[in-house]
Order: sequence, then structure tokens, then C-alpha cells
Amino acid sequence: METFVGNLYIGMTLASILLLVGLGLTFTFGQMGVINMAHGEMIMAGAYVPYVLQTSVLAGAKGAAVLIAFPMAFVAGGLMGVAMDRLLLRRMYGRPLDTLLVTFGMSLVLQQAARDLFGANNKDVVTPTWLRGQWHVFGVTLTHTRLFVLLTVVVTMAAVWVFMSRLAAGRRMRAVMQNRDLAAVSGLRTSRVDATTFFLGSGLAGIAGVAVSLIGPIGTSTGTAYILSAFLVVIVGGFGKLRGAVLAALMLGTLNAFVERSTSSTIGRAAVFAFVILFLQLRPNGIVSFRTRGLAT
Amino acid sequence: MGRRGIAARAGWRRLACTLVVGTLALAACGGSGDDETATGGGTGEASGESVKAGVLHSLSGTMSISEVAVKNASLLAIKEINAAGGVLGRQIEPIVEDGESKPEVFAQKVEKLLTTDDVAVVFGGWTSASRKAMKPVVEGAEGLLFYPVQYEGLEVSPNIFYTGATTNQQIIPALDYMKEQGLINVYLVGSDYVFPRTANKEIKAYAAANGLNILGEDYLQLGDTNVQGIVQKVLDAKPQVVFNTLNGDSNVSFFKELKAKGNTPEKIQTISVSIAEEEVGGVGVDNLVGHLVAWNYYQTTDEPMNARFVEAFKKEYGADKNTADPIEAGYNSVYIWKAAVEKAQTFDKAKVIAAAGGIELDTPEGKLTVHPTNHHVFKTARIGRINAEGLIDEVWNSGKPVEPDPCLDTYAWADGLATGEARAECDAAK
Repeated sequence: METFVGNLYIGMTLASILLLVGLGLTFTFGQMGVINMAHGEMIMAGAYVPYVLQTSVLAGAKGAAVLIAFPMAFVAGGLMGVAMDRLLLRRMYGRPLDTLLVTFGMSLVLQQAARDLFGANNKDVVTPTWLRGQWHVFGVTLTHTRLFVLLTVVVTMAAVWVFMSRLAAGRRMRAVMQNRDLAAVSGLRTSRVDATTFFLGSGLAGIAGVAVSLIGPIGTSTGTAYILSAFLVVIVGGFGKLRGAVLAALMLGTLNAFVERSTSSTIGRAAVFAFVILFLQLRPNGIVSFRTRGLAT
Repeated sequence: MGRRGIAARAGWRRLACTLVVGTLALAACGGSGDDETATGGGTGEASGESVKAGVLHSLSGTMSISEVAVKNASLLAIKEINAAGGVLGRQIEPIVEDGESKPEVFAQKVEKLLTTDDVAVVFGGWTSASRKAMKPVVEGAEGLLFYPVQYEGLEVSPNIFYTGATTNQQIIPALDYMKEQGLINVYLVGSDYVFPRTANKEIKAYAAANGLNILGEDYLQLGDTNVQGIVQKVLDAKPQVVFNTLNGDSNVSFFKELKAKGNTPEKIQTISVSIAEEEVGGVGVDNLVGHLVAWNYYQTTDEPMNARFVEAFKKEYGADKNTADPIEAGYNSVYIWKAAVEKAQTFDKAKVIAAAGGIELDTPEGKLTVHPTNHHVFKTARIGRINAEGLIDEVWNSGKPVEPDPCLDTYAWADGLATGEARAECDAAK
């Protein structure tokens, strides 16, 4: 029982990370069809933000630095995304091969830039004192850092949901996503909406970066460590679907946790990939598939 | 697929899926070119007077955290030697290559260095996977490689010099120390490749003969940061000590998680063989204070040469840069090669290899002797504890340099560990 609850907890926290890194990608990849290989580097950029704050202006307030890093990383990631979209990707919508190559190249450029700027060594973000500690529930140790990541995901998800369903900008985004041509004829400036989508998606990657900086390495290869998980979540979850992403992250996280505990980390990974392959045979469009009456489906 | 197929949404989605899955492997490795050719560069007339030396380390990817500094150390030694007049009156021209943390790239680059560039010597490698990948190439080209990192032993290549520790100069002294301290319930955690796997095989053989209990053994893929499962298994097993052979980024997540779960060195001690001063900053001093490491050199090592070396390294690369065991070994390697060349009075690789045995040098870790036959060096084993400044304080040492014994022939419990190729190599080197 203890082990079961323990595994469930590990699965949940793993899912929270999967979801966090995949969330931004559901927008740029899921909605716009841009295979953004540089998504990981937005996460990397986000992870460097608390490090920079802690070592410069907020050296005396390491806890506050982590909190302030969230909005800053959101904006930083978002701006990077918009810049990339305006300068490069706008010219190649609907040409997945080209976006793939260009963003892969961008990811290499950004990694090198980070290496030149921060050096090849990993950096350390000091865990704020209020995040050091753990609770013991049902014999399971819940660490504050992991719970904080979980909380970050819940808050971010809620904010994204409100944005998408309640705000005009979100409705415009959904309109463009569902039928770009019809949205354009209805008077929407789809190009501006695209920029917003890219800002949001990349900004969310920045937020993910701050969160993972508390539990993992912060370095030039930080992004590559998570990009795989991000794509898995989006592919299994279904394109551009929050609900799907949540379910997918939970499924993959729990599966990994349970298999790994009874076998080994390598087999846990293999199980996840085997599951994804099988799953895509049954539901090639993911858990929640996109339905439209448009002809171009 | 035609244009129309791509234009249709469902069509390109499927394509997108395929593309993504197909390129993920590529992205996961996501290295980047960081090749640089230092000083002199190119061939031109300079090559008539200079001698080329390859420096091959991972400057990108998951191992760059560790290897960039070793590259820097080798370049520092080359610079010092050049400033003092070179080797046999010739300047050394370093050719730096990036192994990209991928063994196959190491093999490819070492071949390029030895054949296309025709270097006199290569300094490089970190992971045993990279060394194992380079070994057949170096042997095939009758080249010369200096490998500067502690490793799992059971190897003696006629074309490679091992300037880091072999098992009986690092891991076995660490186990002796653990036994002496009464830390007998052990959990083994490592990265999933040849060094941790072989090291743990040796540790288990030692444990069986010396009354240590191995409570569990787990591996993570190189670079994997998903450590929760393993940390929970460790905590559940309640060992006294974790013998840690993790490499690269996994260490960061592992120690962060261990600390977050409320562990302290007083509860579960860890002893790591791949965390040196260079890695401490990236893992976070907070997460490591009080934990043990096993090496042959620390920045704090009290030897006459060391103060000068630390000062030169900091002057060259910045006051915030620390020296560490593999860095020192990367620095020593160049001087060992220089001494061998001067003894042989030629750059001819076979003659240099033959001349290297028995060479004695003063180095930052103390007096260093190259073993007459087995291509390893005598090293003093040192156990250290990580302090609050991120440096390592020595808590124990072996008193005198330990003779390298790559096949563990002098240990009864290790009988049968060296088999096949390793056995043949060690016998040939006797």
C-alpha cells in the first residue's frame, strides 16, 4: 500500500513535469503545426533566469528571486518565441519539414549562445529556504520542491484555461486554430494571433524552465533533456488539447513510476516508449482528437 | 509525398508525427559544433617547426560540464611548455576537437586527428564509453592516446596511457575506507554504461570477500534526470552509504532529490567517484556538503607543485575556476608525454611509448611514476569530504603512491574478474 501510494505520488510529480514542459508545445506544435525543436532552449532560457537573478540583483533574496523569475522567464521565453516566429517561422507555416530543420538549427545556435554567455558548466539555483523540507503522508515523503512544481502546473493550467475560454484573445486563438481561412475572412488578423500563440507557448516553456531548475541541472543541455518528454505528451495527448495533455502526462508518468519501481529505470523508459507506439496504433491522433466539419481535415 | 498531401491537415499531421519521432533521437543528443583550433592553426610553414598534438574532449553535450576544463588544462600545459621552449626545440601546436559526448564521434575524431592531421599524440576522452570507442581506432592507427580520467580498470592498450586512477587506486581504497569506518550496508547507484557496470561488478566481488552488504544496485541512462524512483528505492533500502558512480547531469537531479527528501550525510552517506571540484558548483554546494568523494588529487592537496599549478590555472581561466583530479591528470599527461619524447629523443610514437615506462615527474599530486610495463601511473589514493566552499578536504590517504594493478591480480577476491581480452592485455603487459 505504501509502495502503491509512493509510486502514485512519483507518477504524479513526474506527470507534472511532463505536463509543464509539454504545455507550451501544445500551442506552438499542436495549434500552429510548427515542429519547434527549439522549445527545449526556451526551457533552458527559463532555467537560467533564476540563476541570473540569484547571482546578481537578488543575491540577498534567493527565495524572492525564484518567485520573480516566473513572470520574467515567461516574458523572456515569450519574446524569444515571438522573435523566432517573426524572423523565421512566419515564412514557413504549413511546411513542417522546413520548420523542423530551422528550429533544430536555432536550438543549436541558442545552446552555443548559452555556452558562450554562461560557460559550459552547469549552474546552481539555490533552493529557497521555504522550499526545503518535506511532509510525510501515508508513509510517503512529499518534498516541498516537487509539490511546488505540482502547484506551478495547476496554477499555469488554470491561467491558460481562463485565457483560452474567457478572454477575447484566447477565443481568437481558438478560432484561428479551428479554421484559419474562416477566421481570416471574419476579419481576424491571423498573423497577429500567431504571434500571440507563439508568445504564449514559448512563455510557458520559460515558466517550465524555472520550475525544473529547482529539481534538475541548469546548463546548456537542459532543454534537450526535456524536449523528448514534451513531444511525447503532445503526440499522445492530441494536438492542441489541454485535456489530452493532462491525461497523457498522467498516463506516461504513472506508467513510468510503477514499471521503474518494480524493475529498473531503463525498463521504465522502454515501457513508456512501447506504450506510446502501441497507443498511436490505436489512436493515431492522440487521446483527444480534433474534430471539425471543415473540408481540409 | 506530393504537395497536396502536405497541404491537407491530416496528411501533414501524420508527417509531422513521423518527423518528430524520427528527429527526437537527434535532438536528444543535440550537440553542437564547438571545434576550435587554438594558437597557430592550419598547417602552413609553421608545421615544419611545430609538432601537432590533438586535444579531444566533449565541448558540447552532457559531458561538456566535466570535459571542457580538462581540455583547458591540457592547453595550459602545452602553453607552458611552448613558453619554455617547446619539446625537442619544437613548439606544440594543439588541434582541439569536440567529441560531442558521443562515443562514435570520439572514434571518428580520433581517427581524423591521427590520420588526416597526423598528430604526434592525442590527449582526450572522459567516459569509458568514449575510450572504448577510441581504443580500436588508436590501436589500428598505431597511435598514442593519453586518457586522463579514473576508470574501471581491466584494460591495458599498447597505445594508450592511463593517467587517471585504475580501480585499485580509487575504488578499492574507497571501499577499504568505508569498511574501516563501519559503513558496511551499501547501495550502488550508477550511470548505465561500461564504467559503473564494471566498477560495481568489482565492488560486489570485494563486498562478498570483505563482509560488506550490497542492498541494491540501480542504473540511470546517461543524462537522465528522472531520479525519483531510484532515490525512493535507496531511501527504502536504508543503506549506510551510497556508492555513487553516476556521471554528468544525473548527479544534479540525484543530489537535489536526496537533499529534498531530507537526507543528510549523517543519515545516508554517499561516496562518489565522478564528482570533483569542477562538478560541485553545478550540483550545488548545499546539496553536497559533508558527502565523500574518492580521487587522487584535490585543489587543496598539499604538495609543493600544486600551489603553482592552481595559481596558473586560475590566472589563465579565471579566479572562480577550480582545479580537480581529471584536470590535473589532463595537465600531467602533456608533461608525461614531453618527458617520454625527450627520453626517446624522437616524436616517433612507438619509440615514445617504449620510453615512457619508468619516467618520474614532480606533479601537483606529488611524485608521479609511470609503471614500467602496464601504461598506468603510481598514484596516492585520497578520500575527501566536500566542504561549504565547494572545495574538498582530504580526510584519508594511502600514505604512499599505490602501484597500478589494472587487472587486480594482487587481490584474491578479484580472481576471475579479468577475463578474455582484459586478461590477455594484462598478461601481455607484464
